[in-house]
Amino acid sequence: MALTAEKIVERLESQFEGSVANFRYEIDQILSFDVVASKNFEVMKFLKEDSELRFNFLTDVCGVHYPDFPEGEKFAVVYHMHNWIDNVRIRFKCFLNGTNPEIDSVVDLFVGANWQERETYDFYGIKFKGHPQLKRILNMDEMTVFPLRKEYPMEDMNRTDKDDRFFGRVK
Amino acid sequence: MNKIIETSEDLLINPEIRYSEKIKKFQKEEGDDREFSVLNLGPSHPATHGIFQNVLLMDGERVIEGESTVGYIHRAFEKIAENRPFYQINTLTDRLNYCSSPINNMGWWMTVEKALGIEIPKRVQYMRVIVMELARIADHIICNSVLGVDTGALTGFLYVFQYRERIYEIYEEICGARLTTNMGRIGGFERDWSETAWKKLDQFLEEFPKVWAEFEGMLSRNRIFMDRTVGAGPIGAVRAMEYGFTGPNLRAAGIDYDVRIATPYSSYEDFDFKVPVGKTGDCYDRFCVRNAEIWESLSIIRQALEKMPKEGGFHADVPEYYLPPKEDVYNNMEALIYHFKIVMGEVPVRVGEVYHAVEGGNGELGFYLITDGSRTPYRLHFRRPCFIYYQAYTEIIKGSLFSDALITMASMNIIAGELDA
Repeated sequence: MALTAEKIVERLESQFEGSVANFRYEIDQILSFDVVASKNFEVMKFLKEDSELRFNFLTDVCGVHYPDFPEGEKFAVVYHMHNWIDNVRIRFKCFLNGTNPEIDSVVDLFVGANWQERETYDFYGIKFKGHPQLKRILNMDEMTVFPLRKEYPMEDMNRTDKDDRFFGRVK
Repeated sequence: MNKIIETSEDLLINPEIRYSEKIKKFQKEEGDDREFSVLNLGPSHPATHGIFQNVLLMDGERVIEGESTVGYIHRAFEKIAENRPFYQINTLTDRLNYCSSPINNMGWWMTVEKALGIEIPKRVQYMRVIVMELARIADHIICNSVLGVDTGALTGFLYVFQYRERIYEIYEEICGARLTTNMGRIGGFERDWSETAWKKLDQFLEEFPKVWAEFEGMLSRNRIFMDRTVGAGPIGAVRAMEYGFTGPNLRAAGIDYDVRIATPYSSYEDFDFKVPVGKTGDCYDRFCVRNAEIWESLSIIRQALEKMPKEGGFHADVPEYYLPPKEDVYNNMEALIYHFKIVMGEVPVRVGEVYHAVEGGNGELGFYLITDGSRTPYRLHFRRPCFIYYQAYTEIIKGSLFSDALITMASMNIIAGELDA
């Protein structure tokens, strides 16, 4: 029997009461939910190894910055998983605090998360505890900022050759 | 532990330093007379077909271990995308896997259409399928013929490249561009395909199969080619899955996962095609899987042409998102307003999240889009298949000969643009 959304919700809620919440469908009709950040490894392990859920493939790991959210939810790490046996996708988000965003690495479950976590660290400064080699991957090593955070403007604000006033735009 | 490079100044130091302690350890274990060398492969080396650096510790011709450095053509597309209206992001997707840009373009439009809730007419969906399969053929032509070059067969490469040129001519008829195509609009294509485009497509379908059969005949049972590729750079199915492999590289390892079947988009469910799989995941299997996929793609194009509805136009009827014809803009107020709003990016956008994946030339190309109702994405993440499977490269080549390491890289079809985004 195919894996239904009700089944996923039921299995997760019975196993992780209080740690998983806010089950919803986003526009793309993928079942999404939030996980308490400290439980991300256990939840993923359960999703992967449970004999009914069998989410055997980690599709994607990425970060999001929400500067307008309350202090405990400034950053999110989003995981997309895919069950190839029943062909079901899910997505879960772990919210992190803004001062010291830290979360457990899932490299021990899916070795492919290695570079994706490094990329997330590179762009958002989210630390993955237990990662074998957490250093920058796409940006140069001397970089001191985490460029995908919303507080960094895309272009250098001090550039004089790209002054908006010259193009009839006034800020 | 070898010394970890902290800053790029360290990279200017002789790369031997990186492995000096490891070398000492090996020499202690196996005797001082063992000689090791450190080879700096890349970042700019003709055999790597792109800009990647691998520092390899070598024992004679054998690779003991390696360390990859990527990011040499990183262009911060995800940051740029947060500052551009939706229709301008299409040009960024061109530059991901530039060997099959139309797949990226169509993938992006489908993501936006999903987010906006736009229904696409069947005819447009079939046209998209045709152009995506053409792009897949072009992508696989490059990968397989370049694998031929790396094993010493240059002629086949030059021969089949003429047919990639034919595909580019079809792109040119459809959208005006060749490599970075920027094809399509939200809701469909920018114009209907010309007579010449259809004619060129028919001509391609007639001529290419013969040529490809010749190319396949030259390499697939060729003694020299098989000696080089069979058993080179293998990866098992379970390991490939853990590493997040998708696309031909995963299928070569024996798993029949294909986004076109798993989560069909653009009416792929209407077509009948096989998903070729390999067994050992080595270079030869990857070559064979790509070859077989070309035949399947040709069959999909033929089916699409056969089933193509006469009616349906070349775009969906969505005036809020699709630019009106220019003469209407000049003569009609409604059209002028729409034109202005679309160009300024001020179109209505739903709030929410969308993940949409297409089967790119290299595997599952995913777009994860978060919208907050404004003119630009709040967050856009590209799931680039190359980036995810290239991390397995140093593990795959461990213990293999250097010559095998090079053809492994060629057969994995690593595209720097997609890798670095």
